[in-house]
Amino acid sequence: MCHKKDNIESRRTFIKLGLAAGCSAAVCGCGGNSITSQAEGETVKVLTPEGELVEVLKAQLTPLPEEELVSNEEARKGIEGRRFVMVIDLGRCNNARKCITACQKMHHQPEDKEWLQVKLMNDSDLTGPYWFPKTCYHCDNPPCVKVCPVNATFKRKDGLVLIDADRCIGCKFCMTACPYSTRVFNWYEPEQSEEIAHCASSPETSVPSQIGTVDKCDFCPDMVRRGKLPDCVTACPNGVFYFGDENEDIVTNGPETVRLKKLLRDRAAYRYMEDLGTEPRVYYLPPSDRVVDFDSGFEGKSEELLNRYKRDI
Amino acid sequence: MNTNHLRTNQISRIKLFGENYSRVAKSEITIAVILILIILWGWFGLYKQITVGHGVTGMRDNAVWGYFISNFIYFIGASYGGALVAAILYYFKIPWGRPVIRIAALMAFISGIIGPFFILLCIGRFDRLHYLIIYARVQSPITWDVMVISTYLVGISIFLYLLLIKDMAILANTDIIEKPKWKTKVYKWLSLGYTGEGKQEDIIDHSTQSVAFIIMPKIILAFAVLSWIFGMTLRPGWHSAIFGPNYIISSVATGVALIIILMWFYRKWYNLEEYITDLQFRKMSLILLILIGIFGYFTFSEYITIWYSSAQWEANLMEKLFTFSEFGWPFHLSNFFAIILPIVILFFRKWRTPNVVTSLSILIAVSMWVKRYLNVVPTLETTLLPIQDTRENYVSYSATWVEWALVLAGAATFILFMMMIPKLVNIIPIKERKDEK
Repeated sequence: MCHKKDNIESRRTFIKLGLAAGCSAAVCGCGGNSITSQAEGETVKVLTPEGELVEVLKAQLTPLPEEELVSNEEARKGIEGRRFVMVIDLGRCNNARKCITACQKMHHQPEDKEWLQVKLMNDSDLTGPYWFPKTCYHCDNPPCVKVCPVNATFKRKDGLVLIDADRCIGCKFCMTACPYSTRVFNWYEPEQSEEIAHCASSPETSVPSQIGTVDKCDFCPDMVRRGKLPDCVTACPNGVFYFGDENEDIVTNGPETVRLKKLLRDRAAYRYMEDLGTEPRVYYLPPSDRVVDFDSGFEGKSEELLNRYKRDI
Repeated sequence: MNTNHLRTNQISRIKLFGENYSRVAKSEITIAVILILIILWGWFGLYKQITVGHGVTGMRDNAVWGYFISNFIYFIGASYGGALVAAILYYFKIPWGRPVIRIAALMAFISGIIGPFFILLCIGRFDRLHYLIIYARVQSPITWDVMVISTYLVGISIFLYLLLIKDMAILANTDIIEKPKWKTKVYKWLSLGYTGEGKQEDIIDHSTQSVAFIIMPKIILAFAVLSWIFGMTLRPGWHSAIFGPNYIISSVATGVALIIILMWFYRKWYNLEEYITDLQFRKMSLILLILIGIFGYFTFSEYITIWYSSAQWEANLMEKLFTFSEFGWPFHLSNFFAIILPIVILFFRKWRTPNVVTSLSILIAVSMWVKRYLNVVPTLETTLLPIQDTRENYVSYSATWVEWALVLAGAATFILFMMMIPKLVNIIPIKERKDEK
């Protein structure tokens, strides 16, 4: 999601012209549809919630409020009263990788940059292998935050660990400190369009990437502020990711909404490498009673991708 | 300062300086030119890294640190080690150590300047270096390292300078030897008007003694802080209590090895047989033997405890180190040349001769560099989760020409400075302490 650096200017222009904007400003943040003056009586086709296609006067439409980026201080504090948590159901994952592509699309990342990874885990010879989606765990005792020399990565009160790309000096100490190897580095100038590269930067969007700095999964707080789920949650065809709030004791994967504590207790949830003491905020539901077949994870995948798993099969 | 007050042995030392240090041989010029070319190649590599990005190096998302950090800990460790040797020899007034002190302090100073340069190369954003000061976070081991290295550099500079002051004054005012006008000016400026009258000599001697005393615990602290950058992460091979002590011992050994190499070269090149005698080499060999012995014990102890237990955490790392297709060759060779061979040879007194110990020191100096590399990269490649990446350079680290260029440029800078400094500053002190001859 790209936000114009100059929100005040555009609002002045909008008020000046005194028009109701045609499309929602949300979709066309960076100069998408131009605000041109319309002749009176111009109509536009819209779909009602009941499924009817109607024509309305453009002048009567109310625009969605343009999403504003919170200030850096606010981005470091976090959303009041929330404690975000994720539950990943390993019994449902079959390496569809729609979560990965959705995340990459949303954050304007190239194909080879995976902030969210799906690993093939094979714990021991007799236990079954399983697909293991790995996000940043936004640990409550984060080893990455401990070692950052300039406070570029920080822990918020809503549980998220974010990166301020304007502050990061690229020492990569956080990358060595993270035992889950979840962080990635921009070794070259990031592959993103000119438009994206000039977006206003915020720890909540993690866009744009900057050369010589560190990136990682951020649990999409800018989406959450707008009442939406992170893209990985909605993109998954199997409903693997549950995202929610520990304070409200609710997690949802889109269609299903469940009580967090009950889900964790009933399904014997665990946290990966609990004994490292990092206190992750991502829980895993063990892959018992599999909903999808493990081997279907190999179907339709490129040769290059299949080569990745050779050592661990 | 009146040079008539100089004793005969001091006059002969001045003459020695005039004869040997001030000349520039053809071979020296050739070597200097080659070194400068290497350094320029390194600067070109740096230019590429700044303009294109860190991607020109071999570092990628798993092995995020490579040659640069190993070079940094190598040079800084050697610097700390050399400074510790110099401080101990000076403070405890060890008689045979007198010719060695200045060489050790000079080596420490130069390495101490080259080392931090390499840590800066690891930083992704040069334009934000000042953030380390203005946004410094006290909880981070890197901030401790910044503080400790800056304090150390101030300390070693002061120590070295105090060692030199008296000689600078003598050389500024003497007319026993021929020297160009600019050199006289530099000596005058460096001596800060020291004349040796009244209490001046006492003040200098006592100050140097105090600085030598203060610098010793400072160096130990600096060693500790640097090892904590690694020790405080959750990574196999790093998160072990012995990482720190291992680093201290191996670095002091590296420092001693480099000092021995310098002693040999200076002795040969500047005809210093009268001052840097076999005694100095014998004593330094003994020190080297003890240090390498302790280092060997630490290394052996670390690996045998990992090997014996079943924990997967470190077993994967061990497998990497012992597999010949991965790190097996550097691991075994460096253990042989840095530990086994020196212990076996230096154990026998008759082999603690200058030529033998210098050859061993060269092997040790190189093997210790390999050991520093083995301390950093295999651990980074042994992630707790499987890597599962097809990009070869994300799975295993291999340095690119940029890193080789910069590492060699660092070595070349060191050699170049150690070659040039004796032209300006005499290696054998003319006037030592008040009570010494």
